Order: sequence, then structure tokens, then C-alpha cells
Amino acid sequence: MSFKHEIVETNAGVLLVLTMMAISVGGLVEIAPLFFIKDTTEKVDGVRPYTPLESRGRDLYVREGCYLCHSQMIRPFRDEQLRYGHYSLAAESKYDHPFQWGSKRTGPDLARVGGKYSNEWHVQHLLSPRSVVPESVMPNYPWLLETKLDISDVGDRMRALRVVGVPYSANQEEYDRNVKQFGEKVAKTLVIADAQKNLVAQAQEGNYDGDRSSVSEMDALVAYLQVLGTMVDFSKIKPEELVKFR
Amino acid sequence: MADNSKNPATNPATTQVQTTGHVWDDDLQEFNNPLPVWWTYTFYVTMVFALVYWVVYPSWPIGKGFLTGVNTITYKNAEGQDESWHWNTRAKLLKEMQDATLAQKPYFDKLTALPYDKIAKDPELSSFVVSAGKTLFSDNCAPCHQSGGQGKIGFFPNLTDDDWIYGGSYDKINETISNGRHGYMPPFGEALEADQIDDLANYVATLSGLKADAAKAAKGKELFHGQTGACYYCHNNDGKGRKDIGSANLTDKVWLWADVPGAADDAGKVAAIRKTISTGVNKGVMPAWNGRLSEKQIKLLTEYVHELGGGK
Ligand code: HEC
Ligand code: HEC
Ligand code: HEC
Repeated sequence: MSFKHEIVETNAGVLLVLTMMAISVGGLVEIAPLFFIKDTTEKVDGVRPYTPLESRGRDLYVREGCYLCHSQMIRPFRDEQLRYGHYSLAAESKYDHPFQWGSKRTGPDLARVGGKYSNEWHVQHLLSPRSVVPESVMPNYPWLLETKLDISDVGDRMRALRVVGVPYSANQEEYDRNVKQFGEKVAKTLVIADAQKNLVAQAQEGNYDGDRSSVSEMDALVAYLQVLGTMVDFSKIKPEELVKFR
Repeated sequence: MADNSKNPATNPATTQVQTTGHVWDDDLQEFNNPLPVWWTYTFYVTMVFALVYWVVYPSWPIGKGFLTGVNTITYKNAEGQDESWHWNTRAKLLKEMQDATLAQKPYFDKLTALPYDKIAKDPELSSFVVSAGKTLFSDNCAPCHQSGGQGKIGFFPNLTDDDWIYGGSYDKINETISNGRHGYMPPFGEALEADQIDDLANYVATLSGLKADAAKAAKGKELFHGQTGACYYCHNNDGKGRKDIGSANLTDKVWLWADVPGAADDAGKVAAIRKTISTGVNKGVMPAWNGRLSEKQIKLLTEYVHELGGGK
């Protein structure tokens, strides 16, 4: 026998490398094929990158740790579909870096909370959840309304996302491509150079926190919550088409 | 060492076990105890199970696709024809949803066919409405209208009383739920002087029989019905409001925006009304549910809300 067990047992380095190779097999078998199987991401219309304001809202969602209590992944089960709406599609989180699927539901799933409540409800609920849902265990987030949103680096944040594949446009060519893919209205919101201007304009127009005089963190977070799960129009898709993507 | 049995390297009970032959630090050995037989065979059974599973269910990736398995699920497609696809959770869900719809079909068919007032008179159907309606209401409406539909002053209207901002007929309730509502009253804080608003508040208080300063109320009355305040334009000359735009009835004891019931004394009640007149009302947003809920579900909820109390 040329190979001796003893060699592995007495060399920590070799043992480490071989152990890592052994346990990565499971990961490789499960994850790697998804990059090659052509039906992983459904071909549906409507999914677009977040606007600068929504994207900042998403940053706050991560900062405040909302994902610790809320998932954004409706599984294809009957009870979930009845409670939360249509099951989540892979395509719907294709511009999420990192995705917010989550694994813990102390509170309800938020994947389709957009449009379910009014802005006023969200503001009141975030300030003081128990004032609208008496039995809630969600914490109060009073500082969101008092704190002005830091928009100084929103362009840099979009540039970083662009590097990992979100189609924010940095030049005319990319803008033209976005116009073709998303239409002119959306393409305009994806221009990195106009990020701050677009952000303020959306906050003014949407008036998410009920105060137009400045852009608060509340504006951004509510704008983000209100777009969740609203991009795909399921009335235009036959259910059996989605079945065939699996 | 006198007692041999304490030393595993020399204890006969252990030295009879097979070892891998490795010895460290003089007497540290690695034994080779075979697994119990039952364990080994269970392990083989799981392997056989895995093989069967690979054949039946989607499993191994190959190239740009994967082994789909021989198991299929049959469901109805959008054209109503039977269609089969390899087993997957989405197909399974589609089938389950269709089966459940089928099981509820007799109820929903009846619900769709019957006019609203007949539904309440059918005991079987109305108990279906109550149980299904309660679930729908808790999931979608209770965060605003509260679990019993009692609402919250300053935010969301009470649905259990017989006072309706937009009308309590079946059709009006259905319209409210389907399309949503957004009541709007401009803020008068800038357009009017502080004492004019005070006069108006005193007048509004008298409309529902609250105690108020009679002299101020008289001045307020003129403002209300004249061009300066022009409140009559939306709240009508009788102060009962217009259901089409959801302007509140000011002559009843039900308040939504001005926290009159929460005020300690008469002065506090007038102050609450004053505040509402000067800030206006713009946060009464009832979301639209068509699209999110099906037509049948909205009909069911309409019946449910109507029966909560006070439907007209
Ligand atoms: C400690 C756990 C916890 C944390 C952290 C938390 N929530 Fe919640 N959330 C809940 C619970 C429980 C509910 C259900 C009761 C309620 O509506 O308040 C809820 C409800 C909600 C709802 C309403 C969902 C629905 O469909 O009714 C929204 C929206 C929401 N949370 C947003 C957030 C956001 C945004 C954050 C981060 C700023 C956050 N939550 C952080 C526990 C949490
Ligand atoms: C985001 C909070 C919110 C949710 C969720 C909500 N509502 Fe409302 N609803 C309101 C508000 C606010 C009004 C009052 C609108 C106004 O005054 O302009 C209202 C008004 C109504 C009215 C009219 C009351 C009247 O006096 O005319 C009905 C009926 C109603 N809601 C039913 C429902 C039902 C059924 C659901 C669940 C499917 C629901 N609402 C969910 C906020 C909500
Ligand atoms: C443009 C139409 C409009 C005008 C003008 C208007 N109102 Fe209103 N008012 C409304 C509407 C609509 C509501 C209810 C809003 C809702 O439910 O969302 C309301 C609500 C109120 C309420 C709150 C009632 C409650 O239940 O708490 C008071 C008080 C009131 N109006 C007084 C006045 C007075 C006094 C004036 C004149 C200075 C006036 N309004 C002029 C449309 C109007």
C-alpha cells in the first residue's frame, strides 16, 4: 500500500485540504448546476433594478436588521399563497445583492407587502407597531422619521452594484440598452449621474412620510416596502408557464 | 504497573479488538470497532431509497437540464385542459389550489349567483361567509381596521357601526374595497385666521349637539355656509357630508379624524375639531384590493363587512 492513512492523520494541513474538498462536493453539486440550467431564472416582464430611493431604503432594511424577523420568500405552498400572495420567483430577486430571502419569520413574510398598506400605515407602524397592531412584538423605529437620509454616496452605492451586475447606467451606451430593456421612464431612474436628483424627486412626488420639506430615512424605507413584490404582473402570466420553469 | 487491566494497551479485554495498527506515545492506539449490523443495513437501505428517489423525482443536473424523474402531476391549464408536467412543488401547488377551489366551488358558485341580501338568509352560506371572511379580514384588513373591525380614531374608520363615510350599501362597500378610497380635505390653517377657525370649530361642535360658545358658533355658521370657509361645498348645507367624496357627516356623534371622544371636556372637544380644520385630512388612504384579492373574495368580504354591523 503506497497511500497511508497515517500521512493524513499526522499532517494537519493535508487533513484540512482533504476535508474541505470532501465537504465542498455537496455544495458544488447543489449550487453549481443552477448557473448552467437555463430555466433557473424565469423569463418574466417587469422586474427592474431599484430606484436610488428604493435602493437606499433597502440599505436601511439591512441596517436595521429587519431580515432577522422577516423573510422575503413566499414558498410554493398553499397556506403561504393564501396568506401572502403568489409565490416568489427567482427572477424577482435577480437585482438583489445580497437577496433578502431570510430564514426567520418572527413577523410575516414581506415579499409582497408593496401596495398592501398605505404609506400612512407604514409610517405609523414603524414608529410604533403596537399603536396599530396591539399584539405586535416588532420594535419601534422612531429615529427613521427624525433622521435625514444621507444621500451623499448614493451614486457610489449604485456604482458598486453595477460592478456585480445590476444594470445602473454609467454611460450613454448603457443608458440606451436600458431604454430598450426597461423603457425610457425606468431607464432614466437608473442613470448613476442623476442619482441624487432622481432620489429627491421620487421622495417629493411619493411623499412617503407625509412631509415634503426634507427626505427622511422613513421616506426611503417606505418607498422600498411599497415596491416589494409589485413588479411582476401575475394576471398576465398563465400559472402553468411558471410550472415549466422547474 | 501492577494492575494490567487499567492499561488499555495491555488489558486483554481491549487488546483482542482489532486495531488499525497505529500507535502513538507508546500506548495510544486506534481501535477498529465494526458498526452494529442493524446500523450498517439501515445505511444500505437509505442508499437504495436514494436510487429509487432519483428515478421518481427530479434529481441530478445534467448539462443545461436535469433528470426530471418519472413522477408527473396533472393539472388544468388556462384553457381548462388537462396538462401534465414532471413532479415539482409549483405543479403540486397548482394542483392543490385547483382541488381546493373545486371543493369550495359549490359555495362560491352560490355566492356569485345569489344577490347579497339572499346570502345572509341562507344559513349554510352565511356561516361559510363568516368563517372564510374572518380569515381574509384578519390577513388583510385587521392591521388597519383592527381585528373586530372597530377601527382607530385618527387613522381607520369603524366598520361595525351604521355610520358610513362612503355609503353602507353592498354596492358601495364593494366599490370601496375594490377600488380603494382617499378622502381629502384641504388644510385651512393658512387660508383662514386662527379666530375664524375657532368660530368654525364651535359651530361644527353644535352640529352634533356638543356644548360650544354660542357667539362664536354664530360667526362660524356664516363662515361655514359662506364663501370664506365654503365648508358647505363639501359637507353640504346640512353638514351631513357627501358620500361620493367621503366628506364626513358632522352632525352625528361618530368622529374619525377629530379626536372628540378622547377629549376630557367641552373645551378639549372644540380644540380637537379646531386642529382637524386647520391641518386638513389627507391620510385617509384605503388601499385598492382588486388585483390583490379575487372578485369572489371581494364579494365575500363585502358581505362579511356588511354583516359586521350596520350595513344598509
Ligand atoms: C423582533 C422582530 C421584528 C423585527 C426586528 C422587525 N419586525 Fe416587522 N413585524 C414583526 C411582527 C411580529 C409583525 C406582525 C405584527 C405587526 O404587524 O406589527 C411585523 C409586521 C411587519 C409588517 C407588516 C406585514 C404584514 O403583512 O402585515 C411590516 C411591513 C414590517 N413588519 C416591517 C418591518 C421593517 C421594515 C423592519 C425593520 C425596520 C421590521 N419590520 C423589523 C416583527 C419584527
Ligand atoms: C392601510 C390601511 C387599510 C387597510 C389594510 C384596509 N383599510 Fe379599509 N379603510 C382605510 C381607511 C383609512 C379608510 C377611510 C378612508 C377615508 O376616510 O377616506 C377605509 C375605509 C374602508 C371602508 C369604508 C368605510 C365607510 O365608512 O365608508 C370599508 C368598507 C373598508 N375600509 C373595508 C376594508 C376591508 C374589507 C379591508 C380588507 C380587505 C380594508 N378595508 C383594508 C384603511 C385601510
Ligand atoms: C374639499 C372638500 C372639503 C371641504 C371644502 C371641507 N371639508 Fe371637511 N372633510 C372633507 C372630507 C373628505 C373629510 C373626511 C376625510 C376622510 O374621511 O378621509 C372631512 C372631514 C372633516 C372633519 C372631521 C370629521 C371627523 O369625523 O373627524 C371636520 C371636523 C371637517 N371636515 C370640518 C370642515 C370644516 C369646518 C370645513 C370648512 C372650513 C371643511 N371641513 C371643509 C372634505 C372637505
